[in-house]
Amino acid sequence: MATKSLKKLGNDLAQSNKQIEILSNGIFKSGELPTFKDKISETSQFPIKAKKLEILQINVGYMCNQVCDHCHVDAGPDRKEIMTRDTMRQCLEVIKNSGAHTLDLTGGAPEMNPDFRWFVEEAAKVGIKDFIVRSNLTIIRANKKYYDLPEFFKKHNVHVVSSMPHWTRGKTDKQRGDGVFDKSIKALQELNAVGYGMPGSDLKLDLVYNPSGAFLPGDQVAMEKDFKKALMDDFGIEFHNLFAITNLPIARFLDYLIASENYEDYMYSLVEAYNPAAVENVMCTNTLSISWDGYLFDCDFNQMLELPVNSKSRHISEFNEELLEGRNIVISQHCYGCTAGAGSSCQGVVA
Amino acid sequence: MSKPYYDAADLRKFGKITEWSEELGTKFFDYYAKVFEEGALTAREKSLIALAVAHTEQCPYCIDAYTKDTLQRGITKEQMMEAIHVGAAIKSGATLVHGVQMMNKVNKLDG
Ligand code: SF4
Ligand code: SF4
Repeated sequence: MATKSLKKLGNDLAQSNKQIEILSNGIFKSGELPTFKDKISETSQFPIKAKKLEILQINVGYMCNQVCDHCHVDAGPDRKEIMTRDTMRQCLEVIKNSGAHTLDLTGGAPEMNPDFRWFVEEAAKVGIKDFIVRSNLTIIRANKKYYDLPEFFKKHNVHVVSSMPHWTRGKTDKQRGDGVFDKSIKALQELNAVGYGMPGSDLKLDLVYNPSGAFLPGDQVAMEKDFKKALMDDFGIEFHNLFAITNLPIARFLDYLIASENYEDYMYSLVEAYNPAAVENVMCTNTLSISWDGYLFDCDFNQMLELPVNSKSRHISEFNEELLEGRNIVISQHCYGCTAGAGSSCQGVVA
Repeated sequence: MSKPYYDAADLRKFGKITEWSEELGTKFFDYYAKVFEEGALTAREKSLIALAVAHTEQCPYCIDAYTKDTLQRGITKEQMMEAIHVGAAIKSGATLVHGVQMMNKVNKLDG
């Protein structure tokens, strides 16, 4: 389990250009990997075009109380990048005026941004249909000042989406750190206690599963069944949906793949599982990702690789929905992760 | 040193067997895919059976493939190891049960 971010460790892979170099040139012993561009061109799906904007995903900072092995953000307690209230104000203006119906707050642990609560309160007034906070669960138990988060989420009718690597302690702790499983279970019970995740409840609680190693996620429906049964039998926990997400070969997961000599096989697995039907609905087609310093990206992964949107409107201060619609999505080899099998997005499968 | 007989990368070329006999190869892969579909047994149960059989057959390609497949299905390492023990128990039982034949023969010849 990692204890520091790649950035803090001075690891080469903390630099986005190094990651792109590896992804683009490959380090393959056998054969060549087709480029994602060539692959989608086979079915005339290049370039991928942005459709109407539906989801604004705002990354309010890379600071996190955890240092998970697979983190594509390279987040951790040592990361200082954090969104200011001024940038949040600019985001609020955009939320008010854009056609997006979903707001998706992510990080790091978004709750660690000092203006997180202020932002949630202000954003909740704007009348968005679905207001998601991606919570890592343990933050709710990290220290006293976060204990009331379940109540706070409830008050503002926040849709909580939480990562839960596995229903067993061993697998969860291996990926996310010792003690994470027990804290996550406690946090889920507390969310249940205020009404989150209960059958028929409007207080939405969804879980995100992503594999603990160099393999793809299994069938989302089957995984959801297994998670529901295990969490109910063992801990009496309820939740609504499970989203199965593929790990993209970026940042710490890329570092892990290379260090464990799984990179080549993993990339092949992604290419072998390539599903042209998933290209149609990759999340960048209806989502915009906004970085802590206000820049616009096609998705959180492109944000981490510092691949900005292909548009004149590049910053939240010069946001222009018309200019952004129909833009060509910026792609690279990591995009295979979104199109493998049933596809993968922040909302789980897409095909 | 000469190359080993088994090369993990060869598993990726498995599909190529159709190139030298398209009809039979295709029939095999169609059958294979059908066998592993969800049926009276779940795909998960089938994956565990395959993992156990991969071991009794001692096929390194199948072991790699079904280790990955079971992991993808969220199956834990304890469950995987138990499945292998089932295979091992049947395999050793199958060896030992032939001991009865040996005993019968001894009794007949040397009773
Ligand atoms: S995966 Fe999530 S919880 Fe883990 S370090 Fe990254 S941002 Fe934090
Ligand atoms: S990685 Fe980003 S840009 Fe690439 S397909 Fe996925 S969502 Fe789109």
